[in-house]
Amino acid sequence: MMVDLRINGTVRSAELEPRKTLLDALREDFLLNGTHAGCEHGVCGACTVLLDGEPVRSCLLFAVQADGYEITTIEGLAPAPGELSVIQDAFCETHGLQCGYCTPGMILAAHALLQQTVTPTREEIVEAISANICRCTGYGQIVEAVQFAADRLRIANTPRALLSPGGSK
Amino acid sequence: MKPAPFDYVRPDSLAEACKLLAGDDDARVIAGGQTLVPMLAMRLARPARLVDILRLPELAGIRKDSDSVVVGATTRQAQAERDPVIRASVPMLARVLPWVGHPPTRNRGTIGGSIANADPSAEIPLVAVTLGAEIVLATTAGPAAMPADEFFVGPMVTSINQGECVSAIRFPVWTHQRIGVGFFEVSARKSDFAFVAAAAQVALDEEERCLDVALGLGGVGDRPLRLDVSSLVGTRLDAKSAAQAVHAASVDLDAASDLHASASYRRRVATTLCLRALEQARADAAVRPALGAR
Amino acid sequence: MSADPASFRFVSTNRRVREDRRFVAGHGLFVADVALEGMLHVAVLPSQHPAARIVSIDASAALAMPGVHYVLTGDELAAATDPLMNGLDTPRVKRHPLAVGQTRYAGEWVAAVVADSRALAEDAAEKIDVSYQPLPFVLNAEEALKPDSPPVHPEHGSNVLLDRTFVWGEVDKHFAECPRHLSFRVTWGRSSTVPIETFGVAASWDPWREMLDVWASIQMPKYPDQIARALRIPANGVRVHQDVDVGGSYGVKRGIKQTVLVAHLARRLGRPVRLIEDRLDNMAGGDAHGPDRIFDVEVAFDDDGIVKSMKMKALDNAGAYAGRAPFQLGKPIGAIVGPYRIESVQYRAQSVTTNKAVQEAVRGFGQAPTNYAIETAIDKVAAATGLPRIEVRRRNFIRSEQFPYLIPSGSTYDSGDYHTVVDKVLAHIDLDAMEKERDRLRATGLLAGIGVAACLEPSGANSAFEPLLNEKNTTTTWMDSCRIVVDGLGCVTVTIHNTSSGQGHETLVSTVVGEVLQVDPDLIRVVRPDSLACLPSNSPVGSRMAIMLGGAAFHAAQKLKAKLTRIGAHQFGLGEDKVVYASGGVADPAGNRQLGWAELVNIAHRHYHLLPEGMEPGLETTHVMQVPTGGTLPKDGRVQMYPCHSFEFHVVLMAIDPVIGKPEIRRYVIGHDCGTVITPHIVRGMTLGGIAHGLGAALLEEFVYNDEGQLITQSFMDYLLPSAHEVPAVEIVHHCTPSPFTVFGQKGSGESGYLGAPAAISGAINDCVAPLGISFNKLPIRIAAIGDAIAKAQQPNQGQAT
Repeated sequence: MMVDLRINGTVRSAELEPRKTLLDALREDFLLNGTHAGCEHGVCGACTVLLDGEPVRSCLLFAVQADGYEITTIEGLAPAPGELSVIQDAFCETHGLQCGYCTPGMILAAHALLQQTVTPTREEIVEAISANICRCTGYGQIVEAVQFAADRLRIANTPRALLSPGGSK
Repeated sequence: MKPAPFDYVRPDSLAEACKLLAGDDDARVIAGGQTLVPMLAMRLARPARLVDILRLPELAGIRKDSDSVVVGATTRQAQAERDPVIRASVPMLARVLPWVGHPPTRNRGTIGGSIANADPSAEIPLVAVTLGAEIVLATTAGPAAMPADEFFVGPMVTSINQGECVSAIRFPVWTHQRIGVGFFEVSARKSDFAFVAAAAQVALDEEERCLDVALGLGGVGDRPLRLDVSSLVGTRLDAKSAAQAVHAASVDLDAASDLHASASYRRRVATTLCLRALEQARADAAVRPALGAR
Repeated sequence: MSADPASFRFVSTNRRVREDRRFVAGHGLFVADVALEGMLHVAVLPSQHPAARIVSIDASAALAMPGVHYVLTGDELAAATDPLMNGLDTPRVKRHPLAVGQTRYAGEWVAAVVADSRALAEDAAEKIDVSYQPLPFVLNAEEALKPDSPPVHPEHGSNVLLDRTFVWGEVDKHFAECPRHLSFRVTWGRSSTVPIETFGVAASWDPWREMLDVWASIQMPKYPDQIARALRIPANGVRVHQDVDVGGSYGVKRGIKQTVLVAHLARRLGRPVRLIEDRLDNMAGGDAHGPDRIFDVEVAFDDDGIVKSMKMKALDNAGAYAGRAPFQLGKPIGAIVGPYRIESVQYRAQSVTTNKAVQEAVRGFGQAPTNYAIETAIDKVAAATGLPRIEVRRRNFIRSEQFPYLIPSGSTYDSGDYHTVVDKVLAHIDLDAMEKERDRLRATGLLAGIGVAACLEPSGANSAFEPLLNEKNTTTTWMDSCRIVVDGLGCVTVTIHNTSSGQGHETLVSTVVGEVLQVDPDLIRVVRPDSLACLPSNSPVGSRMAIMLGGAAFHAAQKLKAKLTRIGAHQFGLGEDKVVYASGGVADPAGNRQLGWAELVNIAHRHYHLLPEGMEPGLETTHVMQVPTGGTLPKDGRVQMYPCHSFEFHVVLMAIDPVIGKPEIRRYVIGHDCGTVITPHIVRGMTLGGIAHGLGAALLEEFVYNDEGQLITQSFMDYLLPSAHEVPAVEIVHHCTPSPFTVFGQKGSGESGYLGAPAAISGAINDCVAPLGISFNKLPIRIAAIGDAIAKAQQPNQGQAT
């Protein structure tokens, strides 16, 4: 059946079998390869995308169910070609990844958290990424990346006068 | 791991959904899909048609009646977790929701879907049975309802008939001034299904005497169980009374055995978690604001 | 070059990992991202039986379905290809990608369907009608050893693949001399590395060029050679594209059977063909399980806790086919005494076939299970002598002044300072304070305990275990290579000749080449040519790339630097020893003359008339590196295994609610010495990730077969990988003892964490429950098993080992 999806701000259409998951449709029909298949049964989180800003598993959603939502994939986060978002850059700064396979889902989960919370605690970060399995890092540098990104976003969004009471720097 | 082919329909009304379901033995309801889709992917379920009820307006929303809160079947678990009415009036549900799957599955998974899936270790069915909730069904003949403990029949088996779907869950609201809840579960990882889960709700008077008590167990047998600990009414929920009541209520407990936990483990831990949940509920009631202030 | 960190510009500094940029943007190139024109998709049909004769296969209904192109069976494939290689000399244990005549484990692939989409291929696979005649089967390794057990390969004569006893030193004498002995059994449950990306491979065949192109999620030494051999085509007709990013491997991505299957289909059908395992394919039939091992250990020691001799029997359940599984019993011979001065060892290595899935190399190649056994022995010696566990370790450690230290099995350990690492860790944690915290936890009604484990990470892999266990194998090199090209505009491009699965090889070589040439590593391009343009590599196995690829890059860069120096010196009319190379230029300090990078490049590329006589124009150097200390065949059952030996020391504070039984890690500290660290971010990540992986093996992960021979932990709902909730924050205490055998003093770190964490976590749990008189001797240690054992021990007159 014909499906119209709003992906990363653009409406895309394709003729799809109802049994095709959003994951497979993103990869095969819309050529967005940043969303990865890990388990295809909803446990590992490698296929995480945002639906109206909330992380969901794209392997647990058929593409025919996904109309009407704002779908964000990892390709939708970079502000421009070759340019990284603050969170993406933070993952590079702390080396919050190794093989890169879980990374898009992990970054989208972190993105959703930091849209909600300016000063996440370690526990909140752990809860937010706990649905995404990383086999390489043991999560330490991922948690640090999210903390680092939160700090940078908070500073970037805080008026300078509030950051340095003297106002001189 | 791709599902077998199926047709997909998204009816415009609940009546139409029931009609579709009644007319097709191979049709199945899909809402959030968080438990159904893995079954489809592994071809453990292979309906010929999926009837998507997620966007039906009749199934949405959380409504407070005089003595109950009615939660529409398609209410997302994440939405219920944040909902002020549920927090104030069905605190046990609010208490367990963070233990249901993990954040991304709660963003899609629905309250009604968890009920209809009837996993014996799932938290939402446990709350429904413990509190004596009513499962509201949509049928071709109109709405129907049945108590939760009649709805759950066995592992992934319910009393629901083809042509019916869960439309809402009516959770009773305790009107006592001071109530408290307790909940504990043991699982391999935080988001995994519980080997054992225990939920308790108590109401206390000003002298901290028990006015009412509800205690339930999940994960132990083939469906959630409510334990009869009514002998605790009138006590101060002291450790000795609680132990007597819990032991009496759980003496004939049937427990499952599997790779993750033996039956004796489940029975032993069930008793302990029941006592801890009761104690936590008692302590919670002692500090929770009275109903009028919630 | 000096290993003095103060002299480094780039090595050991906190630089970003260059690979990360593409991955955070979702722009890695994984095998599932390779879409070829006209590509077809494969689904496989698994056997439902642990052992059965295949009576017939009827694929007519599948072939009649629209969009279905082909159904391949084992008979056709076996006729067209040669069996896959065995590590040992066991020619009658034949292994083919699809079962031939008989299935040997539940999940083994019986047929492959090719269709327009994977979904269609799965639809068709359901329609294949296979008639089976069930056969007797064996799952348990001790059962499989018995002569009357059902033979997995009747032609082989028995289930025994390997049964070899080594005696290094005067074991009997030492046992007779020692006043105290103890013996025990520990079991390492079958788990694996389970990368989040399954294995996948795409292949296309060009009949006009006679070329097989392969894209794969691979981490496999000599992969193109093995493909060519199995397909009976020339190796220069196999082109493996090494620029495919691998979504995690940690040893197991060796998909040779998948590759032969897909390559045959691509040739047969004249279309590109792809197989991406789904999770069920991968877990049950992807042939990527890990060691499954029973250790029987006996040690001889004295009242001071000094361990003089050890007898170890390791019985490994290899699964249905041999592969390289038996070698995972051989590699630990290179560190069979761990970090201890055990003077003599008797080691019996037994490997048997059973009706379980096939093993593949897992992080450490057998070392993690062996370390678990050794560390358990040290804990038991401490318990027997009443000495503190850390003290017993200190007393037995090789001392820093004893290096290089020859262990009884023939390997020389390069360097180490184990006592100092332990001192630093103990200072960091404040052991007294940790013991007080343990006592405080106990006072609240919890069981609490401290686990300690020391272990070695042999690194810089060569394959010395191959000739040691298989006389017909006389391989004595396991080289790796690097090529550096400076183009006419002066830009540096380095080629490396293997795939990467998260180890950061591009960062490694750019850092090393930048360090030697004194140019900015971020300006160096690193590429991976296809295999036909590659120099020899043995892939990133055995914690080898910092040593071997880093070493090759270093030597290639030194050659380039020497050439630039010669060119510069020639312009000044001086000998090479009279000029100075600095920051890419060459200077004559006496004459105050200098030539910069651009001028030297210009001469090399355009001014033949200015080059020293006989010098090749252009700027290109290569280096093929032999493994340090490698190169000799085994003698008398002894061999130098790996060149370098990293050290780690774990301390874990654990608490257990006695009713629930759930082990909760309250603090985790690791002391880590891998010599000179080239990229700190990478080493840290490997260490933390290895600990998480080890935690999984210790507590959560196991491939469990039921009595009917069915795998019951086939999905991620039952095979439990640690999530962020389960992995504690880990504190790392660094120490650096440089290796004398490597260019910067570096050692390996890819297996660190995984090698010691299972022993440390198991030790912590056992310390928690020691007051009850019980212990756990099998991994993984499940919550309910702990709860049940505690409950049993707390009943009057109960309590013993579980």
